[in-house]
Amino acid sequence: MEKKQYERPIIKSLNAGLMNKFGTRTEYAPMTHIDNVAVKDLIREFGSPLFVLSERKIRDNFKTAKRIFETRYPKVQFAWSYKTNYINAICNIFHQEGSWAEVVSRFEYEKALKNGVPGKKILFNGPDKTDDDLRTAIKNDSPIHIDHLDELYRLIELATELKTKPRVAIRVNMDTGVYPMWDRFGFNYENGQAWDAINKIMATDKLNLIGLHCHIGTYMLVPSAYGVAANKMADLALGVKKRYNKVISYIDMGGGFASKNTLKGSMQLGVDYVPEINQYAEAICSTLLNAGFDKDELPYLYLETGRALIDDAGFLLGSVISNKRLSDGRRATIMDFGVNILFTAFWYDHKVSPAQEFGMHTEDSVIYGPLCMNIDVVRENISLPPLKAGDQVVVHYVGAYNITQSMQFIALRPAVVLIDLSGKPHVIKQKESLKDVENNEVMPDYLKKIKL
Amino acid sequence: MKIKNNIALSDSGFLFNPSTGDSYSVNPIGQEIIRLFQEHKTMDDVVKLITKEYRIDKDTVEKDLYDFQNMLQSYKLSE
Ligand SMILES: Cc1ncc(COP(=O)(O)O)c(C=O)c1O
Repeated sequence: MEKKQYERPIIKSLNAGLMNKFGTRTEYAPMTHIDNVAVKDLIREFGSPLFVLSERKIRDNFKTAKRIFETRYPKVQFAWSYKTNYINAICNIFHQEGSWAEVVSRFEYEKALKNGVPGKKILFNGPDKTDDDLRTAIKNDSPIHIDHLDELYRLIELATELKTKPRVAIRVNMDTGVYPMWDRFGFNYENGQAWDAINKIMATDKLNLIGLHCHIGTYMLVPSAYGVAANKMADLALGVKKRYNKVISYIDMGGGFASKNTLKGSMQLGVDYVPEINQYAEAICSTLLNAGFDKDELPYLYLETGRALIDDAGFLLGSVISNKRLSDGRRATIMDFGVNILFTAFWYDHKVSPAQEFGMHTEDSVIYGPLCMNIDVVRENISLPPLKAGDQVVVHYVGAYNITQSMQFIALRPAVVLIDLSGKPHVIKQKESLKDVENNEVMPDYLKKIKL
Repeated sequence: MKIKNNIALSDSGFLFNPSTGDSYSVNPIGQEIIRLFQEHKTMDDVVKLITKEYRIDKDTVEKDLYDFQNMLQSYKLSE
């Protein structure tokens, strides 16, 4: 006789306390395949845990966003926000789609150059640019987005030294009605700092002010904030035209569109409340189109969209190490991945699906990672079918920031696999090795020998 | 493990404790195990029967049974 499929026995109280807020069937419906490739096979071939990215989803996301903006505004240019995910293969998908690069450090700048992005198409953001960084960017004719007055004055000196007129923009921060306000980057609009910076640039005649940049925050849930921001940016651009007869050639609205993740503590699922890209696009484009620019002086709209283009294209596959019962009766499931590689677990309630079929019954559980630290919590409260050691899970919406912010703490970081358009998996980053980690360590001679 | 006498378990996995008014949902394998306990089967018997019927090893069933018994106890469904 064929034996039956086993499932751990569970009993769940129906009247104790609140019903689990995410106890819906879709939330824990099994996900056995990604782009038609079996999760089981991916883990067998590349190990567990494993990051998997869908090239199809990335390209679809990009094409959709591009179409949404281009049908509303005639001059649109995306620049891939490197920090969101800077594995070179991923960057090159965006570059193949026509994206420029947006970088915030020399490290990212060099990556973009190495990937073949022309200097002119690398937007250089960030507060930490050394003289050497600035010189390099000037020589490559990259648009430099000035963050603070010290940088502005350094640039004036370097421009004099190099006898060129660097192309610059200033980063502007402003009140968009959304709090907390991101006012630590750039020059403030309301208190006149932005105008001070513009006046300084125009007075020296050493820098070519070509654009205005802002990034009003990240995971912004209020599309109208972008309308407010676009309005203030347009006001500055029109003011520059009026005061100096200088046409600002682009307005860079930064990133910040929310991905479909669920914010921690939210009573609703992200997929149900996160605005669609077209709502952001509508707010930005209609504001710019109606701002009063002359038809032939309409600025380019630059976008540095990060998480909204890639979060849902990324999955983290993992395996159950063990189950425990906590003193309060909750189930605790220990996974082979933790906050070391899932940094965004600090602010999102990530959706976690089993990678194999289960019955209809679920248990309230906590998901812990394998790190020997109390903060290593992947989900504080989740309804899961009875997973057992060795069972596999899929964590959703992890394409943004997890790989770039991962920590090498007590374990080696996992491989990253890209599933191409034909369904073929490619390793785009190998699993870390002990050698990789120790590569930069130096052992002083006198410590080489030990005897125990 | 001895399940309290008055516990009612339906085929759909609905379990009711008339002495407290509390109700529970139990998955099919949990129902089977509760029924076996109601028939006064021992832990060893249950492990044997389950491993015979399902594709699973003895150690896993044992670990899961410990936990399941704990839950029955903490819900005061056993004596
Ligand atoms: C200057 C700048 N541009 C773009 C981004 C990308 O943001 P997001 O991933 O929220 O779209 C960031 C991220 O914080 C940023 O600082």
